[in-house]
Amino acid sequence: MKEKPFSKYQILANAVMIIWTLAIILPFILLFMSSITDENTLVANGYSFFPKKFSLASYSYIIKSGGQILKAYGVSIGVTVVGTLLNVLLSALMAYPLSVKNLPGRNVMMFFVFFTMLFNGGIVPSYIMWTGTFHIKDTIFAQLLPNFLLSAWNVMMIRTYFTTSIPDGLYEAAEIDGASQFTIFWKIVLPLGKPILVTMGTFAGLAYWNDWTNGLYYIVKNTGLYNVQNLLNQMVQNIQFLTQSSNSNVTAAASTIPATGIQMAIAFVAILPIMLIFPSFQKYYAKGIALGAVKG
Amino acid sequence: MASLKKSHASSGSSHSKAAKFKRYLPLYLMFLPGAIYLLINNYIPMAGIIVAFKKYNARLGIWKSPFCGLANFEFLFASSDAWTITRNTLLYNQAFIVLNTVVGIIFAIFICDTFNKKLKKIYQSAILFPYLMSAVILGYIVYAFLSQSTGIVNNSILSALGKDAVNWYAEPKYWPFILIFVNTWKGVGYGCLIYISTINGIDPSLYEAASLDGATKWQQIKNITLPFLKPTVITLTLMSVGRIFYSDFGLFYQVPRDSGLLYSATNVIDTYVYRGLMKSGNVGMSAAAGFYQSIIGFIIVLTANGIVRKVSKENAMF
Repeated sequence: MKEKPFSKYQILANAVMIIWTLAIILPFILLFMSSITDENTLVANGYSFFPKKFSLASYSYIIKSGGQILKAYGVSIGVTVVGTLLNVLLSALMAYPLSVKNLPGRNVMMFFVFFTMLFNGGIVPSYIMWTGTFHIKDTIFAQLLPNFLLSAWNVMMIRTYFTTSIPDGLYEAAEIDGASQFTIFWKIVLPLGKPILVTMGTFAGLAYWNDWTNGLYYIVKNTGLYNVQNLLNQMVQNIQFLTQSSNSNVTAAASTIPATGIQMAIAFVAILPIMLIFPSFQKYYAKGIALGAVKG
Repeated sequence: MASLKKSHASSGSSHSKAAKFKRYLPLYLMFLPGAIYLLINNYIPMAGIIVAFKKYNARLGIWKSPFCGLANFEFLFASSDAWTITRNTLLYNQAFIVLNTVVGIIFAIFICDTFNKKLKKIYQSAILFPYLMSAVILGYIVYAFLSQSTGIVNNSILSALGKDAVNWYAEPKYWPFILIFVNTWKGVGYGCLIYISTINGIDPSLYEAASLDGATKWQQIKNITLPFLKPTVITLTLMSVGRIFYSDFGLFYQVPRDSGLLYSATNVIDTYVYRGLMKSGNVGMSAAAGFYQSIIGFIIVLTANGIVRKVSKENAMF
């Protein structure tokens, strides 16, 4: 039905896509290669796909140094797991009432959620509130609470799925059977909504794993609460500070920054979980993105 | 449980309102935790936006700090920063919208037309993958290429061509291209996947009929694929235009490594607000810039949506 596999068009299309695919894969390979390059080789010859001398020193440093690096992974994993579970539960709880057609006040409730997507107060009042009223600065809540616990977008997506995929009469039928709304939610809505909850959960999890802004704003002194991204960011900041200052203590301070190879190793291990889950979660990400274009 | 049935049966009678409320109470309770979160995380800061009109004093807090009229705005707009950050934010976003749409559509068509199923899968995975990276990682990857002494561009490419090394993190003139490329590298997959799912929804018999009639590939794309993609393009563009006053803080902060020498080319409203609040401690100006962003951003969302409602109602957000 279509043109031959080796038509000019097919060759052009594949050539472009192969080049683009390489442009995406190669930087990650470079990142990995520099994490297993001998530090002196890296400093002398620069980043390279084919380093002259290999070394696993960076990875053994991460494991041996224990302390902050492993702790940061612990924070990343813990916050991601707890945050994602809370996010999915809160979103589902919020989306279910919004999907019940004859619920009085439903439009007002919808507007309450939707409006947060149109307008926001910005970081200055948020920052003042979280630090001044709730005192989350330098506590683990700083990594968990601001911005990522619930998003109106997720709630809308889940609500749309509930309205279209859960049969209308189901609630009434269960009600007549004497089931409470909470039982209905737990026994019917959550299992039926599993596909959308997993899809939205993968995005919530990614947002927590990748977040570095909460740490940037709210973790100031207690660096033990840094996640991996904050740690990586901190290393960049220290280097920028050193290269931009003419202070004579520079050499002393420079020795406290993990060498380039170690930074690359930490960065690689920060990507690793995403690489590992990518094959099995890819379809959820793709589905979630495709859903985004369909309005709720 | 009996009361549930009873209230169900009695709906419509005189005390139905109370009964109805009782019946639906559990649903309101379910809505409550999320609502409290939105109230704290989103609505209180909306009210707190008033800080832009105050001489903020950390000891007094937002509400008790004294009003100072438009002083914060006068300072902000008297500086050249206001113009720079507005220009940068708008120009970058325009470039991002155009490129992500055009490149996204081209890639989507190429991927959908690829014969080999395996290659198709590989392409689809590849374009999605960078989208999942954090800005910090993005910054590290770019650094591996652009670092002055160790980066692969200076070390392997420019030296092989016999050219002098460039101090990338000190030369603003290169950064519009770098940031636009990095943004496309990272973000094109998002729109592309949406276009792919739209193209997959087109009836294949349309293409069969067209090729029987002798239509060239280009004619098929122009007359079948592109018209089908139009509603999706409108929806996605509307969403991006609605956010045209906002930028990806990570892209503009992490990728240039917060290098002060690059601010003329990399400073956008979001990075400006951050630096005012956290670095220079200029809360008033930072709040004024944040207010400016929120209000103009809100007007733009409403306008963009209003225009789309007039042109093609079914593509409007609300």
